[in-house]
Amino acid sequence: MSTPDALRWRTHRAVFAAALACLLASSAWAASQPTAAVPRLGQPLSSGDLAKLPPSIFPDGRGLPIGRGTAREGAAIYDAQCAACHGPKGTGGSGGHLIGDGAITGPDPDPATNTYWPYATTLFDFNRRAMPMTAPGSLTADQTYAVTAYLLNLGGIIGADAELNERTLPQVRMPNRDGFDWIDVPGKRRR
Amino acid sequence: MSRIPNDTPPHRAGLLDRRWFLKSGLRWSAVAAAAPALALADDALPTTRSPGQPFSNYGQPSPQENRTIRWISANRAVTGNGVSWTPLHDLEGIITPSGLHFERHHNGVPQIDASQHRLAIHGLVKQPLGFSIEHLLRYPMQSRICFVECGGNSNSSWNAEPLQTRAGYLHGLASNSEWTGVPLKLLLDEAGVDPEAEWLVLEAADAIAMNVSLPLAKARHDCLLALYQNGERLRPENGYPLRLIVPGWEGVLNVKWLSRIELAREPVMSRNETGRYTELQPNGRARQFTFVMDVKSLITSPSPGQSLPERGLYPIKGLAWSGHGRIRKVEVSADGGKTWRSAELQGPVLPTSFTRFRIPWVWDGRPAVLQSRATDETGRVQPTRAALVAERGRAGYFHYHAIVSWQVDEDGELHHVYA
Repeated sequence: MSTPDALRWRTHRAVFAAALACLLASSAWAASQPTAAVPRLGQPLSSGDLAKLPPSIFPDGRGLPIGRGTAREGAAIYDAQCAACHGPKGTGGSGGHLIGDGAITGPDPDPATNTYWPYATTLFDFNRRAMPMTAPGSLTADQTYAVTAYLLNLGGIIGADAELNERTLPQVRMPNRDGFDWIDVPGKRRR
Repeated sequence: MSRIPNDTPPHRAGLLDRRWFLKSGLRWSAVAAAAPALALADDALPTTRSPGQPFSNYGQPSPQENRTIRWISANRAVTGNGVSWTPLHDLEGIITPSGLHFERHHNGVPQIDASQHRLAIHGLVKQPLGFSIEHLLRYPMQSRICFVECGGNSNSSWNAEPLQTRAGYLHGLASNSEWTGVPLKLLLDEAGVDPEAEWLVLEAADAIAMNVSLPLAKARHDCLLALYQNGERLRPENGYPLRLIVPGWEGVLNVKWLSRIELAREPVMSRNETGRYTELQPNGRARQFTFVMDVKSLITSPSPGQSLPERGLYPIKGLAWSGHGRIRKVEVSADGGKTWRSAELQGPVLPTSFTRFRIPWVWDGRPAVLQSRATDETGRVQPTRAALVAERGRAGYFHYHAIVSWQVDEDGELHHVYA
C-alpha cells in the first residue's frame, strides 16, 4: 500500500465510528436520531456561487434585476416574441389569453393576468424565467420590464409611458391583490 | 346468467358481501363450469417445442399489451407543455409502473447530466450549501409508497356535461410509486435553517425554471429528496436525477429536476401559486395554497370503454386515496347512491397511498349506476358532485374529488354520467 497514512486514518475513523455507533445504539435516543449517521457532504457556497444562482423575485421587489422599460417600448417586443401564442394584444391563441375585461365572479368568470393575478412581480418573473417558450430566459432585463409594462398597460393598470424598473414595479397594485384566501397554511391569512 | 347460490347474503342492487368470492370458491367454480368450456389445443403447445427469446437487458411489456399507454394531451404549438394520463383502467394493484406514471411538463423534459447536477440550499440558512448527486447517494435514505396527484386532476369533471373517455383519461393525473431518497430535513439541518424562515422556494432545472413555495413545517415533516422510483433511478420524465416528494400534497409541489431551495420568510408568489393552481370561487374569492389532496376514489373496472358481455357476476374494483392519511372505508353503490355496501380494502393500507378496493357484483341486465365513496382516517368523506359544485362552483379547475359515476346500459356498455 502506497498510502499507509491514509489507510491508518481510515482505520482510525472506522474504529471511532464503530465506538460511536455502540455508544449511540445503547440509548433509545439513537433509534430516533438517524441524523447521527449523516455524512454532511454539502459544499459551502461562496458569495460568488450565490450570485450565479437565479434570483427568486418576491412581491416586495427583492430579486428584481436593475433595468427599465415602458409599454410603448414593449409593444414591438410583444409582437415579435409573444403574439404568436398569445394573440394580438394578449387576446389569446395556443398559449391562452393574457388580458381580459370580464368579471371574475359568477358561474362563468374570465380570469386573466390583469383581472386575477395578485402581483405584478409575478408577471415579470414568469416572463423572465419562462418566456418565450421557444427560448426561455432570452429576454434582457430591459426587454422584460418593457413587455411586462405593455401587458400591464393593455390591462388598464399603468399608462403607456409609465416606466417600470426595479423600484416602480413592486409599487404597481394589481386589482385582485387581496382576492386570495390561504387554505392549508395554519395561522396565516385564513378565510 | 350465472346462478348465485341461495344462501348468498342479502345484496344491495347486486352488490354481494365483499368476502363472497372467498367464502364461496367452490360454488363459484360450479357456476363457472356451467359456461361453455374453452377448447384446449389437441397438440403440445408450440412454445414447448422450440427455444424462446434470448435475455434482455431491460424488459418490456408484452407487445400484446401495447394499448396500455399514457394518453398525451399537449399544447398544439408547444409540444412539451401539457400532460399525459396514467391508464388507471388498465392497471391492477396499487403500484403504477414508472413508465406509466402521469406527466405534467411545462416546457418539455430536460436531459440532465447527473454528474453535473447540483442542489443549492441557500437564503435564510447559517451556511449555504451545494450538493452533488454523487454525495446525496451517500446519505441515509428512506422509502415511501405514496401517490402523486396533479392539482388539476379530474378537471374535466367540472364541465357541465360529462366527458366520455376512459377512467384514466379523466382521473389519471394521479399515480402511485415507491419513492426512495434522502429526507429533506437532513439537508435543512445541515445548512442550519434560520428561525425566521417559514417557507422554501423550490426551483427546477427545466425550461421554465419552474418555481413554487412550500411551507417549512411540511418540508421538515416528511418530504423526501427522491433519487429512486420503484427501485430504479428516477426516469427523466419523473425528475431525473432529483425530485421532491411531498406526500399527500398537490403534484406541482413535488418539484422535478430540483436544483435550488431558497429559505424565506414568505412565499415567492410565483405564477404556479397565484395565476395557476389556485381556485376561483363564484364569489370572486380564490382559494390559494390548497395543498392537501382530498379524499377520493373511483371504480377502475368496470368503467367506460369496457363492456359487460352478459349478465352475471363481476368484480368491481377501484382505487381510493387521501392526502390526509389512510383510507378507512370505501363504499360502493350500484343504484346511483341509494344503497351502499362496504368494499374489501386490499392491504397494505398505507397513508397517502393508493388503496385497492374490491367488491363482487351481480349484474341483472338492467341499467345501473356504479359509484364509490371513500372515507379517510380523519373522517373526511368524498362528496357528491352536486355538493362539491354547490360549495365551489365549476370554475375552480383544480382539486376536483367528488364521487365518480359510471352508467351501465342494458347492452352492457359503460358511460360516464353525473348522478
